[in-house]
Amino acid sequence: MKLSTLMTSAALALGLASGAVAQDKTKVGFVFVGPVGDGGWTYEHNEGRLAVEKEFGDKVETVFVESVAEGPDSERVMTQMALDGADLIFTTSFGYMDPTINVAKKFPDVKFEHATGYKRADNVSTYSARFYEGRAIQGHIAGSMTESNIIGYIGSFPIPEVIRGINSAYIHAKKVNPDVQFKIVWAYTWFDPAKEADAAKVLIEQGADVVLQHTDSTAPQAAAQEAGNVITFGQASDMAQYGPKPRVSSIIDDWAPYYIERVKAVMDGTWESTDTWDGIGPGMVGIGEITDAVPAEVKAEALELKDKIASGDYHPFTGPINKQDGSAWLAEGESADDGTLAGMNFYVEGIEGTIPQ
Amino acid sequence: MDLSAINPLLFVAGFLVAATPLIFAAIGELVAEKSGVLNLGVEGMMITGAICGFATAVETGSPLLGFAAAAVGGAVLSLLFAFLTQVALANQVASGLSLTLFGLGLSALIGQSYVGIKPPRLGDIDFGPLADIPVIGPILFTHDIILYLGIALVAGVWAALKFTRAGLILRAVGESHDAAHALGYKVKRIRTMAILFGGACAGLGGAYISLIRVPQWTEGMTAGIGWIALALVVFASWKPWRALLGAYLFGGITQLQLNLQGAGVAIPVEYLAMSPYIITIIVLVVLSADKSAAPASLGRTFHASN
Repeated sequence: MKLSTLMTSAALALGLASGAVAQDKTKVGFVFVGPVGDGGWTYEHNEGRLAVEKEFGDKVETVFVESVAEGPDSERVMTQMALDGADLIFTTSFGYMDPTINVAKKFPDVKFEHATGYKRADNVSTYSARFYEGRAIQGHIAGSMTESNIIGYIGSFPIPEVIRGINSAYIHAKKVNPDVQFKIVWAYTWFDPAKEADAAKVLIEQGADVVLQHTDSTAPQAAAQEAGNVITFGQASDMAQYGPKPRVSSIIDDWAPYYIERVKAVMDGTWESTDTWDGIGPGMVGIGEITDAVPAEVKAEALELKDKIASGDYHPFTGPINKQDGSAWLAEGESADDGTLAGMNFYVEGIEGTIPQ
Repeated sequence: MDLSAINPLLFVAGFLVAATPLIFAAIGELVAEKSGVLNLGVEGMMITGAICGFATAVETGSPLLGFAAAAVGGAVLSLLFAFLTQVALANQVASGLSLTLFGLGLSALIGQSYVGIKPPRLGDIDFGPLADIPVIGPILFTHDIILYLGIALVAGVWAALKFTRAGLILRAVGESHDAAHALGYKVKRIRTMAILFGGACAGLGGAYISLIRVPQWTEGMTAGIGWIALALVVFASWKPWRALLGAYLFGGITQLQLNLQGAGVAIPVEYLAMSPYIITIIVLVVLSADKSAAPASLGRTFHASN
């Protein structure tokens, strides 16, 4: 919790004290896993929150709590938000899934929206973005640009979301570079810059000249910058300040349109429990500028891939693809269904190592 | 599995760097606790030091000035704790916790315009031919001056506590503030100085993260290192060298587990990920079997009228 949060709460208390004024507003709460200044995941969710404020002005009031640990702490924070009169609460990390369901049971009149989870209820929606579409493009650039043929990957937690990203990046790196090898390090945190920097350094020491990450801070970019000849990609946020190198492109999450739409639905009374999973096409996933550090033909191929994914002509998981153990998964031309993707718990053929279970 | 991918020299050099923020924070807290003050605000002082050091280094172009500013920043923040606990006689636990919250907020506020900036680099000391010695050279003689300062600080604190009159007085205040007071020592003044020292050290530790280990500014970037330092002091049974050992152990195993993962070792990753905590705790618990107790007045509020 930081100063502004405390001040928000203080302002909130004053607002409640002034009575009826507060009643007209739609109150929207956000629970964040990292600090809003992480430069990545939470930063983008907060941008979405600010967009809601901008869109609805006086008609809406938003509150947020940042750096909330996944687990009992989050349940407490959500309960407090609901007790404080929130109409809609966005919980923005996978680990908030069960706490969200638990709290939602206790407050049937409050609407909840859980990011990246798969458990729904009458008053709990889920939403996520098809990051794997962006990872396919990253994988393509990574595979084309690596000279050591070793690509480092910093994973956060071994959940389907992250595994899907690894598989997607690997498949597309392998397509352009059959010799490519992935080294995967699990950090067991979403946000710990010191640990992320250490992980990036270790991967670089072990020969990786491309570092992909599925953690939320910009520390791996700083480590790559330090090392010199390593490239990275912006994660969740553009991270353009590290361009043109080491950051050569990025996956950007754009939650603002979704948040505005959902808040509007609550205001209109049309809110329903739904499951939203959008990708590059609808704009929930953006690809940050591909910098000049990437050769022109690779850039052109990457943009072409992006267009094909956006238009739906190409699905990043299109067969033939085998599972890691060699068993067949997707036949020639067959593309993966959303159910399998949502629960993905296996590596595709060629990736070394085992997934922590 | 490909263990040859791990370069032992880089690994050791890496863990010395990873352990340094912990060493600073732990040794500062150790001195404060030896004087009978339990300051749970280490995390807040570290993050404040991290941004003060970062901002100063960026503005002046001098990393060393940055570290100086970090020490001052940490100390100034700890002054707030000293005021609350020594003057206002507030509860130390609550004051320390609020110091952490305050430090996180304050640093986020100061740091708003420093996101994404690259700090000036503090070069390694040039040891000349020493650095060319096989094995030992690359491990021991290729670091920045702050890393050596951390080790020197441990030695200094150990010697000061054990051999000097000032150290004796500090320990006396921590063991029995009433007796020390009866002997005419200024308990509050001594404790305030210990708190300031702790704040300065925590600030240096924080700046080591933002200027050397990561190096960049991100909100909340200390991410719990201050809490680990607090635990380290307890497990090291308030002994400086054990705190150093614990920090190296923790830093070493953290690095090792990342290295092993990268090399594809077939140990379940969860065990690797929790191993730094477990092994550090086990070793330090075994070491603390000599019944070294906490300073007797630790956490107790002193007022001359009691």
